[in-house]
Amino acid sequence: MMNGFPILSLMLLVPLVGAIACLFVEARAARMIALAATLIDLVLGIVLWANYDIGGAQWQFTERVELFAGFSYALGIDGIALMLIVLSVFLMPICIGASWDGITKRVGEYMAAFLLMEVLMIGVFAAQDLFLFYIFFEAGLIPMYLIIGIWGGDNRIYASYKFFLYTLLGSVLMLIAMLWMANEAGSTDIPTLMAYDFPVQAQTWLWLAFLASFAVKMPMWPVHTWLPDAHVQAPTAGSVILAGVLLKMGGYGFIRFSLPMFPEASAQFAWLIFALSAVAVVYTSLVALVQHDMKKLIAYSSVAHMGIVTVGAFAFNVQGIEGSMIMMLSHGLVSGALFLSVGVIYDRLHTREIDRYGGLSINMPKYSLFFMLFTMASIGLPGTSGFVAEFLSLAGIYQVSTWITLVCTTGIILGAAYMLYLYRRVAFGEQKNADAAAMPDLSAREWAMMVPLALAVLWMGVYPESFLAPMRKDIAALDARIARAKPEGDSRLALGKPKAPTHGETHKTEAAGGEAH
Amino acid sequence: MDFQASLALVVPETVLSVSGLLLLLAAAWAGDKAARAISVVAVAVLVAAAFLAAPALCREAMGPDTVAFAGQFRADAFAAFAKLLIFGAAAASLMIAPAFFERYRAMRAEYPVLVIFAALGMSMMASATDLITLYIGLEMNSLAAYVLAAFLRPDERSSEAGLKYFVLGALASGILLFGASLVYGFAGTTNFAGIATALDGDLATGALFGIVFVLSGLAFKISAVPFHMWTPDVYEGAPTPVTTFFATAPKVAALALTMRVALEPFGPQADAWRQIVIFVALASIVVGALGAIGQGNIKRLMAYSSINNVGFILIGLACTTPEGASAMLVYLAIYVAMSLGGFVAILMLRDAQGEPVEAIADIAGLSRTRPALAAALAVIMFSLAGIPPLFGFWGKFVVFQAAVEADLLALAAIGIAASVIGAFYYIKIVKIMYFDEPADVVKGESDWAHHALLWATVIFLSPLGYLLTKWLGSLADAAAKSLFLAA
Repeated sequence: MMNGFPILSLMLLVPLVGAIACLFVEARAARMIALAATLIDLVLGIVLWANYDIGGAQWQFTERVELFAGFSYALGIDGIALMLIVLSVFLMPICIGASWDGITKRVGEYMAAFLLMEVLMIGVFAAQDLFLFYIFFEAGLIPMYLIIGIWGGDNRIYASYKFFLYTLLGSVLMLIAMLWMANEAGSTDIPTLMAYDFPVQAQTWLWLAFLASFAVKMPMWPVHTWLPDAHVQAPTAGSVILAGVLLKMGGYGFIRFSLPMFPEASAQFAWLIFALSAVAVVYTSLVALVQHDMKKLIAYSSVAHMGIVTVGAFAFNVQGIEGSMIMMLSHGLVSGALFLSVGVIYDRLHTREIDRYGGLSINMPKYSLFFMLFTMASIGLPGTSGFVAEFLSLAGIYQVSTWITLVCTTGIILGAAYMLYLYRRVAFGEQKNADAAAMPDLSAREWAMMVPLALAVLWMGVYPESFLAPMRKDIAALDARIARAKPEGDSRLALGKPKAPTHGETHKTEAAGGEAH
Repeated sequence: MDFQASLALVVPETVLSVSGLLLLLAAAWAGDKAARAISVVAVAVLVAAAFLAAPALCREAMGPDTVAFAGQFRADAFAAFAKLLIFGAAAASLMIAPAFFERYRAMRAEYPVLVIFAALGMSMMASATDLITLYIGLEMNSLAAYVLAAFLRPDERSSEAGLKYFVLGALASGILLFGASLVYGFAGTTNFAGIATALDGDLATGALFGIVFVLSGLAFKISAVPFHMWTPDVYEGAPTPVTTFFATAPKVAALALTMRVALEPFGPQADAWRQIVIFVALASIVVGALGAIGQGNIKRLMAYSSINNVGFILIGLACTTPEGASAMLVYLAIYVAMSLGGFVAILMLRDAQGEPVEAIADIAGLSRTRPALAAALAVIMFSLAGIPPLFGFWGKFVVFQAAVEADLLALAAIGIAASVIGAFYYIKIVKIMYFDEPADVVKGESDWAHHALLWATVIFLSPLGYLLTKWLGSLADAAAKSLFLAA
């Protein structure tokens, strides 16, 4: 353990200093500063993970300074926050790499905006004070607005407005709820609030206010429409960070705030979450099936995957919440990697139109290999991170509602359909266009971005225990906290009495795996 | 309380009036050549007055020791808080004036003198505890302001602004006087404490009319909906340094006066006027936000923005709690910085000939031609929109916190949802500066006073401002406490 060393503050400070420095230097230096700052933060993130005491105190690396009136500068992480911070710092250097050649105008400002995003993302996951969390949560609007608006595509103005106003409207209602909570509980400390029992009547309103914010950030159907616009218009790295980390803020919000703070309301509204998520999974998968724009397709697939995150989180059992968390981590890696894959060919041909490509496995075999791995991970092939995530989430939700499980599983089949269809049109078939056929394979820089992502996806798929272990105790604590409101399931699971336990265990996994696909 | 003690309480006002008269003589003898020198002296006088007013705030002056001249004037911590803002804003609008007026050879020596007399009037407004003192302070400020609005004589828009301001201002003063006479008729006294005692209990219809008329007159002065129509025209037409002044100091004075009138003499009848304030607050937020969307002139846009901000400040008044009053003062302090910064930035927008640029279309792509200025304006705009981590968020935060604590949840929820409409036009300015192709109109240079003021406000509005929250909060709490002790 690192006693008293403010490592979380340091992780906030490094990109902040980098961001300010980037504003005052020219393009080359700005790229170097940004890469250095994100790599330092990655190292700090690894140190953080290595020093995290699994099974130790619930909140570690805590810092608290009474700097402000009304709220305090309080940081600290549990296993859930740790994993999301590690995901953020892991994706950031890759984002900087993705923008290395693609961004040529106003590089200093671009890098500054990204480093600022990193500060705010780490801040969101590390904040232990309600209003400090809100400030970090909301502040992300400013750099993201600029990133979409300045460096986005043709329709960037519309997309940036939509992103900004949608998310702002969601969040301000949450602020009123937070003010009420702080007034009622007499504290702004998140761990204290997580243990505070709000009156059941009030929980309903508070829960809905939080939903307004998290549902937009997540995004859940029907308030997801900003996402495809923002994604399509954002530069590659913007999409990676948007899908990879920003969407996780909504899921994190549900798990950190909605569930432990309002267990009764969560149970009361679980049907709403299930219904919206089920619609999201099926509807957005169908929409993804007919897209001609690669980024839009992946954006819609993100909405579908986020639906699995929400049903898992509201399953009210350990498996569901674990699945939800792993889904967030897995989706962070996989969707980031998919946007990166799109970016690689977009940089060469400057179009996202699927029909302009074809037969890339002939001239870009190495690229096609990586693209296939990430496609499979998105579908949830066993051995990749997507499988672990989907299996755990669906196993969790099955205990509550067999019908919702059925619908969500259909969505996974549809997921396989649109992803394989995308892959077939891009990588297989004949080479229709000469310019697409002449594209060179991956460069060294692209290798450096793809390999870590591929390894992480496989690691999470083969040995998810590394990622589950730090979170296990926190998820168990959350499960115990919400147990009193647990809704009755319709699956009536009864524990069997297997003759040979080891054999039965493997058999069960296979059966469930078969069901999911 | 003897006369000497009363005089000791009005030292800042005495300093202002004596030096105002002396500077007027100096201006008459030395003429416009001395305009710059007189401005410098005037700034020094305002700073000195601020230093003389500050002790009352620092030692949290309240109670009977702060009453002067048999209950006509009260120099408590609340008045001191408002006075510090007023004198600071007045001094700032003097500092930015010479560079602007000298272009038109219109930097006349009366300007600083008029600002001093306006500041004197506002200082009396902040301290008024009698309807007569209130009216003298209000008119003293208004008469100076009418002249200031029309200060750029060759400019038609400036004359129009002055005339419009005068006619509508006189009408509002008439409404206020009518209300004051009704209140006097029903209460039998002009003293605030006496009115509070007389109006306690059942409210006569006539007295209710009095309250409504007085508050309507004040609503005009703070440019709250539905008495806001003059604001865009006057803000657009008046010379920009004068607009800066209008948007800051008189706003503080009028809001401080409104707070004192609503909470002291009309305090016992809060239930009678709360619904009016709630309506005015929400209407100001919505009209201010919707009205700004179509504006092509950045000064008009700032006028609607000020209407919008007044709406948020009034939410604090609807709470009728010390927390609400304290929140209003914190919001006011931040609002003054935002307006000051905004208008100074607008003053710095000049084309190659040095002519002021006011069309929003002309600042397109400013981030590429003048990155520092664009960044400063962007900070101010995001701050006005109340987006954290900028300090403008803190003003909204404390006001809505007070509203939630006072159990006005519906007001808070509607108000904050309406703030999203306002966010639209603030981010539109950012969009024009950052996303659009450069129009390349802004080329002119500005003097050091503009740069210094702009960057001071930008640093205050940056996240560094949060380090001041404890200090600002304790000062505002002390001021609010003194206000409620008197009530």
